[in-house]
Amino acid sequence: MKALLAVIHRDLLIAMRRKAEVLTALFFFVIVTSLFPLGIGPEPALLRKIAPGVLWVGALLATMLGLQRMFAADYADGTLEQMALSPQPLALLVAGKNVAHWLVCGLPLVVLAPVLGLQFGLDGQSLAVLTLGLLIGTPVLSLVGSVGAALTLGVRGGGALLSLLVLPLYVPTLIFGAGAVEAQQSGMGASGHLSLLAALLALAAFFAPWATTTAIRIALE
Amino acid sequence: MKPLDFHWFRFASPATFYPLAGRMIPLFWLLAAVFGVAGLWVSFFVAPTDATQGEGYRIIFVHVPASWMSMFIYIMMATWAGIGLAFNTRLAGMMAQALAPTGALMALLSLWTGALWGKPMWGTWWVWDARLTSELVLLFLYLGFIALQAAIDEPRRADKAGAVLALVGVVNVPIIYFSVKWWNTLHQGASVSLTRAPAMAQAMLWGMLLMALCFWMYSIAMALTRVRAIILEREATHDWTHGLEEVMA
Amino acid sequence: MNWGSFADFLAMGGYAPYVWGSFGFALVAFAAEYVLVRHRWTAIVGNLKRQAIAARLDEEMA
Repeated sequence: MKALLAVIHRDLLIAMRRKAEVLTALFFFVIVTSLFPLGIGPEPALLRKIAPGVLWVGALLATMLGLQRMFAADYADGTLEQMALSPQPLALLVAGKNVAHWLVCGLPLVVLAPVLGLQFGLDGQSLAVLTLGLLIGTPVLSLVGSVGAALTLGVRGGGALLSLLVLPLYVPTLIFGAGAVEAQQSGMGASGHLSLLAALLALAAFFAPWATTTAIRIALE
Repeated sequence: MKPLDFHWFRFASPATFYPLAGRMIPLFWLLAAVFGVAGLWVSFFVAPTDATQGEGYRIIFVHVPASWMSMFIYIMMATWAGIGLAFNTRLAGMMAQALAPTGALMALLSLWTGALWGKPMWGTWWVWDARLTSELVLLFLYLGFIALQAAIDEPRRADKAGAVLALVGVVNVPIIYFSVKWWNTLHQGASVSLTRAPAMAQAMLWGMLLMALCFWMYSIAMALTRVRAIILEREATHDWTHGLEEVMA
Repeated sequence: MNWGSFADFLAMGGYAPYVWGSFGFALVAFAAEYVLVRHRWTAIVGNLKRQAIAARLDEEMA
């Protein structure tokens, strides 16, 4: 437990010292979601319709941007190897890194999303479902993304390759997350979608650190 | 020699598998040809004209076998990759690498024929129905696997990394399929479904089955041919490759 | 028999481009895949042949 908190604390500290990296991903989220109305047109009914998809895709892409920083720096300076050699289970340390990544990259998206949702004219209930969905979904993105980040450590074409690997795996989260808001908008109630999102979170929390650990050991060989 | 006496694991060595594969390949081409001729015969001359879709439905004799093979090959690829990861064998990883392009081709074929089926039936080249969309995501999973292995220079690391990716993918495929199906049924008003296949006459089922067997035999023949090339590429520094008859000739 | 004449067979009840587009693409794709893989195999065999010749020449020189 102490090791977990230590890893989280360390990663947060490093992130705070490199605020620029974190903030660029956030600004990316804001800019990308703002581009859609500019590209499609300001008609309110249409914007309300596309809002869930646009906001969720924006969140996905912004998370993608931040994924590489999960392991890359530690891999480069040898810290990751030390973590693998330490008596603490690597899966635990990886889980800690995932939590830190989510706190730095995912949670701000959750906080920003309602504000951006207002840009699209979403009503209060929909904003609530959007925020809740992102709250449950962004950890899934961090967890699943960490597998991709570990697999592409030190590999050529890292960023683009990472996107190709991870985005197909993000599809269920996107479908249930955006679907929840649409369900709310159409009056059908989002509880089914949100439950499925929670199920995805449970699955990811259980399996992803194990897969990431295997991938890290492969990268360290 | 009783089957139990035979040391099957000797074929886990690339050197012993190479000639075995060489002997098996013509057999699978033959089977592919036989099933292909039979399948095409049934597809065009036995299966009757469909009541609603006319002759256009005959595309299913390519579309459905391609879809089945794309999914089956992905599972086989993940299985071999997993075996390679678990037992740390070279050949299993090579087999996974050999299967990937053929599987990707099947996925692409499924999408192409799906589009050609959709256009005359439903008026658009692309239909966001659950199966086609899942097939698209499956193609991305294949491409990701191929791209990852291509990007890693060291072959053993590429095998293992690919294995992790393939195993994560194979767990995700049912989840992705379920989520896409969910997404599709909720949007049913806007889209039409290719899952409402014509009521299957016996002959149609036979046609699909025979064509599927043909594609299966083809895939095995193709994968074995490719794995032989991969074996030679990776084992080029080993002496046994220099003693081969095709090299000495 | 489903078809009145060969022309009927080719026409596929009006769906000719779609049906033949599908079967044709499959055929082309499989042929292309075969050619590419076969090329890959001959390339590596050629490589090995050259290596074998080089090794033999080295021996003869030594």
